[in-house]
Amino acid sequence: MTARRQALLLLVPAALTLFVLFVLPQALMFEASLGRRSAYGGIVHEWSFANYARALEPLYLGIFARSVGLAALTTGLCLALAWPVAWWIAFRVPQRHKSALLVLLVLPFWTSFLVRMYAWIVLLRTEGVVNAVGVAFGLPAFDLLYNDLAVLIGQVYGELPFMALPLYASMEKLDRRLLEAAADLGASPLRRLREIALPLTLPGIAAGAVLVFIPSLGAYLAPDLLGGAKGVYVGNLVQSQFAVARDAPFGAALSFVLALLVFVAVAAARRPLAAARGL
Amino acid sequence: MRGAIRLVGVGKSFGGTEAVREVSLDVAPGEFVTLLGPSGCGKTTLLRLLAGFETPDAGQVLISGRDVAGLPPHRRPVNTVFQHYALFPHQDVAGNVAFGLRMQKRPAAEIRDKVARALDLVQLAGYEARRVDELSGGQKQRVALARALVLEPEVLLLDEPLAALDAKLRAQMQVELKNLQERLQMTFVFVTHDRDEALIMSDRVAVMNAGRVEQEGAPDALYDRPRTRFVADFLGVRNLLHVRVLRIDEGLAQLEAGRLRFAARDDGGYRAGAETWVGVRPERVRLLAEGASEAGAEDGVVEDEIYLGDRTDWVVRAAGHALVVAESARGAQPRGRGERVRLLLPPEAVLRLADGDGV
Repeated sequence: MTARRQALLLLVPAALTLFVLFVLPQALMFEASLGRRSAYGGIVHEWSFANYARALEPLYLGIFARSVGLAALTTGLCLALAWPVAWWIAFRVPQRHKSALLVLLVLPFWTSFLVRMYAWIVLLRTEGVVNAVGVAFGLPAFDLLYNDLAVLIGQVYGELPFMALPLYASMEKLDRRLLEAAADLGASPLRRLREIALPLTLPGIAAGAVLVFIPSLGAYLAPDLLGGAKGVYVGNLVQSQFAVARDAPFGAALSFVLALLVFVAVAAARRPLAAARGL
Repeated sequence: MRGAIRLVGVGKSFGGTEAVREVSLDVAPGEFVTLLGPSGCGKTTLLRLLAGFETPDAGQVLISGRDVAGLPPHRRPVNTVFQHYALFPHQDVAGNVAFGLRMQKRPAAEIRDKVARALDLVQLAGYEARRVDELSGGQKQRVALARALVLEPEVLLLDEPLAALDAKLRAQMQVELKNLQERLQMTFVFVTHDRDEALIMSDRVAVMNAGRVEQEGAPDALYDRPRTRFVADFLGVRNLLHVRVLRIDEGLAQLEAGRLRFAARDDGGYRAGAETWVGVRPERVRLLAEGASEAGAEDGVVEDEIYLGDRTDWVVRAAGHALVVAESARGAQPRGRGERVRLLLPPEAVLRLADGDGV
């Protein structure tokens, strides 16, 4: 058997799985997105781009913009929070403590995302833990739950490890002798960060950003549980089209617009990721 | 005083291990000083103390007459050539060499000029746009050198910069570095574990052992008169003998090492009845034919032959000791293993050595 045929044979299970569970459903969904809703919530297979035209109406564009905003803010905040933590673990912590700290970092994954969002409800609601502490110190109780800030907090909390781990991995690979060399050549700590540490950990930053941005773009649980009645994000919009409005074709069209946004985001991160292979 | 270094009683420990102990050393401006010693002797720590990567627990470090305590590496008037080059992989050759000048916010035209001149100095003109991972080891070494030299530091620190090069390139770089240093009149502090490298390049060598400078001096002085057992051993005095001084007469100390008896020229340091260490270089031991009746010669048997091209080392067992005798290729006679010879340790070749640290 030639190496080429062997390679093809080895790919068969994965290719089959991908076809049955991804390509086929996507094709069906795309076909559905071209149809329209029947009176009873079924799909009428009369092809047109009407659903896409509707998805680009200002009302829905606004929701897409909110989602991009949430994803961008989540990514930015995760980066700002995770970078120092990853740096600390990679460069300041003795080797023997590192794995324990990394376990702590991924510990939240041992609980389901849903439960963790419920935990934030307990923390943030008007009679919740945060307010109780505040009141004990003489502060008035705030409405912390059911608004966009609560969604952002929940989302950042949920995605933080996805940013921290790739950052840590890229920092572990960073040769600290390069930082010494830069210091020796007159670079202050801030310039060492900008000239050496940032460019050389860019692959980790890009990987973390992709891993956080994409799920945040389609975030559903955090907005659903922590968000207010008016704070709709595209994830909830798609869900409501399928489950509430019974308009599967429009929901499918919204999903494909969302997929297009993800595609654009990944394309933007491609260059730094490709640069990583060059180093 | 620009380029002078003064170390006064410098000490540094890492978690209970003393890496550098009470080192005092003066380096004159424009001098090429080498810290020589085996790995773990503290030479690299000493260099890092100069560069500012470590802070001393005790003592003073003065560079160009200024106490540099509390000065972080990026504020010190020294630059380092690192053992593994530490070139920035995300910048090309010119970017690496320009790095320090950019940190000083020099104008672009000046940077371009100086980078070109520095690359010219290390014979890499025209390599500006190369990626550093496209360079050979020797070229990387030159870029690292140019990157440090372009800043015209008061002192250049070199941490085993030639260790990763092959023997031939290394020999070439040794001569080039020495010539460069003489031309620039820059103070070089060079760290190496390679005895020959130290002797070839340095104005002065400080031999380090267990965190201390055991002996310092010009290469020839050090080679001719090592003061301690460690320094002698490190500089190739391969015959080291623990001896008892029998008596001293007519300027000669009569010594006894087990059954081996020989004499040493008395340098005033021998005391009758005391024990001490002495050393004899292999090339200073004389081999005589069996039956030669020279005074003080011992009978011996050839145990081994180590052919080295330009010379041959013989391992000769005499009076219970295995001594190494070197003969240059031209003077060497064909000898076989087991051949009986006579062996003479000339009194003027016997070096009195202190056992531990210091004399």
